[in-house]
Amino acid sequence: MILRDIAHVRTGDKGDISQIAVFAYRESDYPLLARVLTPRSVADHLGGLPVRSVRRYDLPTLAALSFVLDGALRGGVTRSLALDAHGKTLGAQLLDLVIDPS
Amino acid sequence: MTGRTVRIGAGAGFSGDRIEPALELVEHGALDYLSFECLAERTIALAQMARRSDPEAGFDPLLADRMRAVLPAARARGVRIVTNMGAANPIGAAKLVTRIARELGLAGLKTAAVTGDDVLDIVRAGDFPLIDRVGTSRDLGDTILSANAYLGAGGIVEALAGGADVVITGRVGDPALFLGPLIHEFGWRMDDWTRLGRGTLVGHLLECAGQITGGYFADPGFKDVPDLVRLGFPFADVGENGAAVLGKVPGSGGRLSIATCKEQLLYEILDPAAYLQADVTADFGAVAFADLGEDRVAVSGGDGYSRPATLKVSVGYEDGFSGEGQISYAGPGAVARGRLALEIVRGRLALTGVPVEDLQLDLIGLDSVDRTGRPAGGEPREIRVRVAGRTSSRAAAERIGAEVEALYTNGPFGGGGVTTSVREVLAVASMLIDRDCVAPAVRYEVA
Repeated sequence: MILRDIAHVRTGDKGDISQIAVFAYRESDYPLLARVLTPRSVADHLGGLPVRSVRRYDLPTLAALSFVLDGALRGGVTRSLALDAHGKTLGAQLLDLVIDPS
Repeated sequence: MTGRTVRIGAGAGFSGDRIEPALELVEHGALDYLSFECLAERTIALAQMARRSDPEAGFDPLLADRMRAVLPAARARGVRIVTNMGAANPIGAAKLVTRIARELGLAGLKTAAVTGDDVLDIVRAGDFPLIDRVGTSRDLGDTILSANAYLGAGGIVEALAGGADVVITGRVGDPALFLGPLIHEFGWRMDDWTRLGRGTLVGHLLECAGQITGGYFADPGFKDVPDLVRLGFPFADVGENGAAVLGKVPGSGGRLSIATCKEQLLYEILDPAAYLQADVTADFGAVAFADLGEDRVAVSGGDGYSRPATLKVSVGYEDGFSGEGQISYAGPGAVARGRLALEIVRGRLALTGVPVEDLQLDLIGLDSVDRTGRPAGGEPREIRVRVAGRTSSRAAAERIGAEVEALYTNGPFGGGGVTTSVREVLAVASMLIDRDCVAPAVRYEVA
């Protein structure tokens, strides 16, 4: 199983921070999501990002997690030379994170 | 919802946004207000540069097109307009809107310009720590082009109380474009943190326009959205206590659902329990949505507490140049030829002594946006080489594209489709300023 099977994502940016929110399609999958998606597993999956820190906010009433990746955007959209300076594609790249439901 | 409600629509989520969904809202949305959010972080620095070369310029380039499209219908239906399209010159923008209103025969149309966000003189005279990196504003020296504080809704409320049909601001917090009309209509106190928090929630949900009605959402087979070609923009019916129901014009494209609302709720929010705005610290931590069917979603649970003592200021500054070149390779060995091309350009820039501070070498189709570092399955049929670099001069930036173009006759075989570009980099840094340094002012123009 991969993340895409149980969740959808949205990505935004603020300065040098990428913010990725992950939403369980079904509320019953939220505990699984909260167990497998940790700041460590997210940072590991996006191993090519130069993050300083990853922080997770839990929103159980929305069956959602929000990850704040500080330092991910090489100075932010106004300075970065990256093709996707906003990091808009990053959340989608999380969707093939392999999930072990056991 | 019981009692009187006010209906506010979102006419744009960024400066280049589609125009006809705004007209659709005015004509068929039964709106009371229409707000357009059009001012990205560095747009105001660009506008400031435009104003330097032409004192009449410095506002949103689509202002005239948008106003010509919506003003007649808005006037006929009593829809009042609020927008930050004033950018670096709200007064100039208000004068233009007034000229357009006269052309359209809309005599008496009253337009307000809200100013006071420009704090360039204060920033130049002082020295303020930057909040998004090490250093202070003085380190940026004379490269600073603009400094604008994120104002709250106060100026908008004053302008609406003054009878403005159109309110044009420079930098205000995006949700304030929606909060302002709610404060005006319901007479909310400026220390009623719960209501201000709920109004900010409504503003945050609406400010990106189509991003809550199915834009930036579709993933075929997983999250399907009908008719994105005719995506409808959202509105909210807001009650006196700040509770709201979101909707869109029946028959418009897109989809408004709990899932689209959740995505927009958390979009670009760092701490959901502390969304810092000039008027309130909004708390989205306990927000809940209920699907009422037919693209109607109720939102509740927003809250707020006291506003921050400081205002955020965006400082726009000149940050040199960037140069870029791209070229494509295809067929067997495309990736190897692309890698060879990158090494040639890197070597040429070094050999010819081009002063490049930072060089980005990408193979589009392989590693340009991917950050997982996982190997692709099989070699792609085509890749595109991209070289981008930062320089202090335009001439050096031009050399980057020139070296990519020279690959046609000097590089690996079979390169095609070269494009090159140079741009002047306007960067943005953030700092905080004491809120007492800043006061909005309102000026009117009447057609």
